[in-house]
Amino acid sequence: MDNIQNFQVLWFVLIFVLLLGYALLDGFDLGLAALLPFLGKNQEEKNTLIASIGPVWDGNEVWLITGGGALFAAFPHAYATAFSGFYLAMMLVLLALIFRAVSMEFRANDPVRAGLWEKTLVAGSALAALLFGVALGNVVYGVPLDGRMEYAGSFFTLLRPVPLLFGITGMAAVLMQGACWAVMKSEGALQERSFRAALILMWVNAAAALIYFVVLANVFDRLLANALFYVAVLLTFAGLAILLVSVRRRNDAVPFCASSASFAGLFLAAGAAQFPNLITASNDPALSLTIYNSSTGLYTLQIMAVIALVGMPIVMGYTLFVYRLFKGKAKADDHY
Amino acid sequence: MDALFLARIQFAFTIGFHFLFPMMTLGTALVILISETLHLIKKDDVYRKITDLFARLLGLIFVVGAATGIVMEFSFGTNWSQYSRTVGDIFGPILAAEGVIAFFLESVFVGVLIFGRKKVSPKVYWVAALMVFVGGHLSAFWIIVANSWMQTPAGYEINAAGKVILTSFSSAVFNPSTLVRLSHTVLASWVTCAIMVSGIAAYYVRKGLHGETARTMLKIGIILFAVTPLLQLGAAHGHAIQVINTQPVKAAAMEGHFETTRGADIYVLGYVDVDNEKTYGISIPRGLSFLYNFDFNSEIKGLKDVSKENWPPVNLVFQSYHIMVGLGMIFIALGLLGAWLLWTGKIYTAKGFLFLLPFLIPLPHLAHETGWITAEVGRQPWIIYGLMKTAAGASVVVSAGELMFSMIMFTLIYLLLFVMFVMLFVKIVKKGPEPLAGKGVH
Repeated sequence: MDNIQNFQVLWFVLIFVLLLGYALLDGFDLGLAALLPFLGKNQEEKNTLIASIGPVWDGNEVWLITGGGALFAAFPHAYATAFSGFYLAMMLVLLALIFRAVSMEFRANDPVRAGLWEKTLVAGSALAALLFGVALGNVVYGVPLDGRMEYAGSFFTLLRPVPLLFGITGMAAVLMQGACWAVMKSEGALQERSFRAALILMWVNAAAALIYFVVLANVFDRLLANALFYVAVLLTFAGLAILLVSVRRRNDAVPFCASSASFAGLFLAAGAAQFPNLITASNDPALSLTIYNSSTGLYTLQIMAVIALVGMPIVMGYTLFVYRLFKGKAKADDHY
Repeated sequence: MDALFLARIQFAFTIGFHFLFPMMTLGTALVILISETLHLIKKDDVYRKITDLFARLLGLIFVVGAATGIVMEFSFGTNWSQYSRTVGDIFGPILAAEGVIAFFLESVFVGVLIFGRKKVSPKVYWVAALMVFVGGHLSAFWIIVANSWMQTPAGYEINAAGKVILTSFSSAVFNPSTLVRLSHTVLASWVTCAIMVSGIAAYYVRKGLHGETARTMLKIGIILFAVTPLLQLGAAHGHAIQVINTQPVKAAAMEGHFETTRGADIYVLGYVDVDNEKTYGISIPRGLSFLYNFDFNSEIKGLKDVSKENWPPVNLVFQSYHIMVGLGMIFIALGLLGAWLLWTGKIYTAKGFLFLLPFLIPLPHLAHETGWITAEVGRQPWIIYGLMKTAAGASVVVSAGELMFSMIMFTLIYLLLFVMFVMLFVKIVKKGPEPLAGKGVH
């Protein structure tokens, strides 16, 4: 295992896993918070919904921080190009993440302005949910790059139809994650409303996913020869079908698992389209940042592989432990 | 204004703001661990009330720290992309290790501390307090590793393309300044919270609020206040010697020391006239040489050993350093005074001292901010000391206009966060710990 290419591929997979973990876990926090005005009809219901994500959202966000750190460690050129190139978009991501983080705490401690902090929570969560998909869409679909690996487009280059389609598809998936989490953690009228939201979002996701897969297959003709693409399509639509059935049967927990599977399918298709590129150059394929021309040295990749492969199972272990501590229905007065 | 200048200002501002919060997190985690351990051993509800109050404060501190911390991780890519390309081999793994080994632990268990009191047993709650303490300090370890590597790089070589290649992970992690800077920083956080706890408790005691809970809190606070600045004196001394040994230009700037001399003076207060290469002020003859290795005649390198373009802004470094040291000395004196008042049993009625303590709460923040300025401005013009200039590390595609936008955005958001933080912090403190069952409301 001293061939650097093995480690470059391994790190592509590990970063994929970290970002998928982020999408599924922080996905339900962001989605639930973005749906707050639609799901919660009074303060008590809103408190219940926020209480269901309160103990876990900060741990969920660490998946992004670790994913970003791993990208820096394994493929610093991709990290440097995307973060500096998409500067204004990244600033908007930060704006969204800052507000969604502080708003929950401020809302709980500042009853006078609770309404304002609720709005910033909803807006921050919705904006973040949209922007992540747009960013992913751009690196997969491709952006103009120059010979120094630097981004050669503008802010508006990022807003082309295909990346926006990624953004909308991703946001639909995030909202569905949120609705299904609400189904699992709530009772009574609130749960009934969450079931209905999950059902509507299932149809929205089915439509968005269909367009997404068709566009992917057209943009990347090589995908049709890739078995992973078919697995991805199957995963997404099987997930949506199970979601439909389980919501009809008013099952608590299955919809969330089905929604996660559906989201994972969307991710898998993007990963299959992207490999081995990290940032595709739309102007000249030879300028693309790939796992082979953007990585750190073999020794760094090896050290990091040891840390990740030993560390992440431990992280998942205690994360699961803490989720189990908070299992069951959320209550409005759970905060403090 | 040019993009490089704005990028430097933005980084200084965002890191300076972020730094306030982890410096409260570590010490608060220590206080929670202490009171929760006492709660578990003594089965006394007083400690539980203390834990609960500081867990509420930790919730607020942690969330602002996390929200402003993610900005820092982004900033290496957004604003310092050439630096990131050059040092990805070393700096990237350190940040990733921080996530995997430390920040996950802290973030996952902080949820249990804040939301779990009614849901988990006292033992599990104690484990959560321990994990937040360990995770927070491990986090500090990795961040200090990253920063120390920029001060005293080790475990690397430079390849033909000018990229830094990692050759020894352990040498890079345990570079010459890591451990001494870690102890200095962690102790600074403990001092910050020792004074915070003492100040809050003193306010309660003086106002006659929260009875036994307040008195116990004051006792914990004062003991920490007496011990931590003294420990810091040792750590700070060790750090100063390390700087003289490994970053002589920074050390010379800290003391406004221009000529390499045997028997160098140390300034208590002063002003550096960089243009005329003179330092004015009150000095102790041969003091610096003596403190370096207890030899009045030891040699201390001066700024003029290197060309002027490689000097940091000398007066800023000098003043920051001296403010930090001065505050440290004040903390030692006041901590010992507090210990004496506690020992003699006079503390609960020492009106003047109790009145003073809450006003001390901001001072450790001033100390660690000026300390951070000393460390980071003192490293200039280098982003990696002696190896890469800060100017060479900036992003090439980010324009001054974009930086102006982000600078304004961060200024407005952080102003809002600061106002909200102070307001809610004061509110939580004023609400105070919950009353003890069966002992009446104090």
